[in-house]
Amino acid sequence: MSEVPAELRYTKDHEWTRVEGDMATVGITDHAQGELTEFVYVQLPKEGDRLSKGDVLAIVESVKNTADVYAPVSGEVVAVNGPLDDDPSQINRSPYDNGWIARIKMSEPGELDKLMDASAYRKHIGE
Amino acid sequence: MSYRQARYDEPLIFEMEGENDFCLMNDDEVNVPEGMVRKELCLPEVPEMEVVRHYVNLSQMNFGVDNGMYPLGSCTMKYNPKYADKLSSLPEVTSVHPCQDEDSIQGALCLMRELEKALCAISMMDAVTLQPAAGAQGEFTGMLIAKAYHADRGQTRTEVIVPDSAHGTNPASAAMAGYTVIEVPSGQDGCVDLEALEAALSERTAAVMVTNPNTLGLFEKDIVRMAEMVHAAGALLYYDGANLNAIMGTTSPGTMDFDIVHFNLHKTFATPHGGGGPGAGPVGVKKFLEPYLPVPRIVSDEGRYRLDYERTDSIGKVRSMFGNFAVLVRAYAYIIAQGGDGLKETSQRAVLNSNYLKSKVVAAYDMPFAQLRKHEFVVSARRLAKEKGVHATDVAKALLDRGFMSPTVYFPSLVEEALMIEPTESESKDTLDRYAQALLDIAAGDPADIKASPRYTSVSRVDEVYAAKELILSWRIYQRKAGLK
Repeated sequence: MSEVPAELRYTKDHEWTRVEGDMATVGITDHAQGELTEFVYVQLPKEGDRLSKGDVLAIVESVKNTADVYAPVSGEVVAVNGPLDDDPSQINRSPYDNGWIARIKMSEPGELDKLMDASAYRKHIGE
Repeated sequence: MSYRQARYDEPLIFEMEGENDFCLMNDDEVNVPEGMVRKELCLPEVPEMEVVRHYVNLSQMNFGVDNGMYPLGSCTMKYNPKYADKLSSLPEVTSVHPCQDEDSIQGALCLMRELEKALCAISMMDAVTLQPAAGAQGEFTGMLIAKAYHADRGQTRTEVIVPDSAHGTNPASAAMAGYTVIEVPSGQDGCVDLEALEAALSERTAAVMVTNPNTLGLFEKDIVRMAEMVHAAGALLYYDGANLNAIMGTTSPGTMDFDIVHFNLHKTFATPHGGGGPGAGPVGVKKFLEPYLPVPRIVSDEGRYRLDYERTDSIGKVRSMFGNFAVLVRAYAYIIAQGGDGLKETSQRAVLNSNYLKSKVVAAYDMPFAQLRKHEFVVSARRLAKEKGVHATDVAKALLDRGFMSPTVYFPSLVEEALMIEPTESESKDTLDRYAQALLDIAAGDPADIKASPRYTSVSRVDEVYAAKELILSWRIYQRKAGLK
C-alpha cells in the first residue's frame, strides 16, 4: 500500500497538488515513485515558465524508465525544488515533502475541480 | 542448474605491470603543430602476450550469442554466421581504401550496388542508400529526406507522429531533425488507435513513423487504412525496419505503401551488433523520393560502376565515404547464401519460434493483448510481482544463472513488468524448451533465492542506480573519481 495523503489532489498520471491560496505545489505520488524505482536524473522547469494544464512540467528518469511529469493546473512556475538536481532520489524518499517538484501560481483555479481526491486516486491505482 | 561463468580478478589493462613495449615516432617525424605535442601519454605498457591473455580472460567473463541463447526482444540477437565473417575478412574487403580510383574498386562498388538491389527487392522500395552507419542514423536520414521533400513542395510541416509503442529512437530522430513529436496511444488490441491517429493528423504532419510488426510483436492489421489516412493528410509514411525480420517474403514495406524505410542490417541480415559500431542502417525510398538520397549514388554505365555526386536535390552526405563496407559485405553474403526462399523461411521460423515459446510460458506469465505474435512477444511478470515480490528484473537476473541471456525488460512501457522475448529463427526446439522451463522454474521458485541471483556469473547484481549516476567511462575519469589524479 502506498501513501496517499488525504489533503492533496491527484491526476490519473500520478501527479499530486497541494493548494495554498492561488499557489499549487506539485510532485509525483508515492505510488508513481515506487513503480518507477529510484530516480537518477530529473529535468526541472524554470521559474517563469508558463504552462497549460497537461504540458510537460518535468522529466524524471530511473534505470527502469523515463517519464514525463505533467502540469496538473495551468499557470506560471514561481519556484523550483533545485536540490533535486543533485539528489533526484529525494523524490523517492519523500515524495510529498522534500521531493516536491515545482510551485505554480494558478491562472485557472477552476481546474482543481477536475482533479481527484485521495479516495478516487486510491481507487485509480487499485488500492 | 549447472551454469558457471568464468570469474577472474582481472585488473584493468592500465593497472597491469609491464615494460615499455611500444615506441612512438619522435617529434621530428610527425608534423604536429607547436603546443599540441603531448609530453606524457597515458597508455598501458604491457607485453603482447599479457595483452592477449587479458582480453581472452575478459571474453570468457562475457556472454554472447556464441555462448548461449540471447533472446533480447527488439534487438534481434540472431546468430552471425561464420562464413559472413570469413568473407568480410578477405583482403579484397579489408585492404581497399575508399579514396582509391573508381577503376580499382569496381568489385566493391558492384557488391554495394547489388546489395542495394537486393534490399529494394526485399522491401519493394525503388532506391536504397547504404550510407547511414546505424538504424537510428537511418531514421535521421529518413527524416531529413521527408524535410527536403516537403520543403520542395513549399510546405512547412513541423510535426512527426509516433505511436506510444515505438522504439525510443523514433521520437529522438524526429526531434533531432527539428520536428515536434506527437505521440498517439495504442488501442485495446495493442495496435495504433486509428481514431487517435486521425485526430493527430493535420496539415502540420510531415511523417508518421510506424514499426510493423510493432514492438509488442503484433502486426498492425490496419496498415493499409493507416497509409491512406497519412497520405490523404499529405504526410509521408515511415517504416522503422527494426522488425523486418518477421515478414520477409510474405509482405514488405513497399506493399504496405510506406514511402521511406530503414533497414537494421544487424537485426534482419545477421551482421554483428556493434556495441556502438560499426553498423549499417541503409534507407530505402519510393521513386519520388530518390532525388533526395545522400550522395554519392552508385551508378553503372555499361558494366562500369561510378560514384555520382551530381544530385542537386540530395540532402548531402550523412556519413564519410560509403558507409561501413565490411558490414555491408556480411549482409550481402547472408542474403546470397539464404536466397529468396531462404529469407522467407527465416522469417517464418522466427515467427514460429516466437509463438512456440510464447505458448510454453503463458502458464506462469500474463499475456497482454493475447493473440498470435510475430517474431517476438511481450509477457508481464505483474502477477509474480504482486504475489511474491519478484519483479521482471529479478526474473531477468535469475535467467543469467541458468545460462541464458535476459530478455528485454520494462519495454515497451505500456506493459507493466514487461519481459520482451525474441528467440530468433536460429534457436533449436530443444533450446527453446530449456529456456521456457527456466522461466517456469523461476516463476515457481523461492522468491528470496530468485532475488539473490545472479550468483554464478562473473559479476553479481550490479548497482544500476550508481552506474547511471556516476558515469565512469574512461581511465581518466576513473582516476579522477578515485582521487588518484
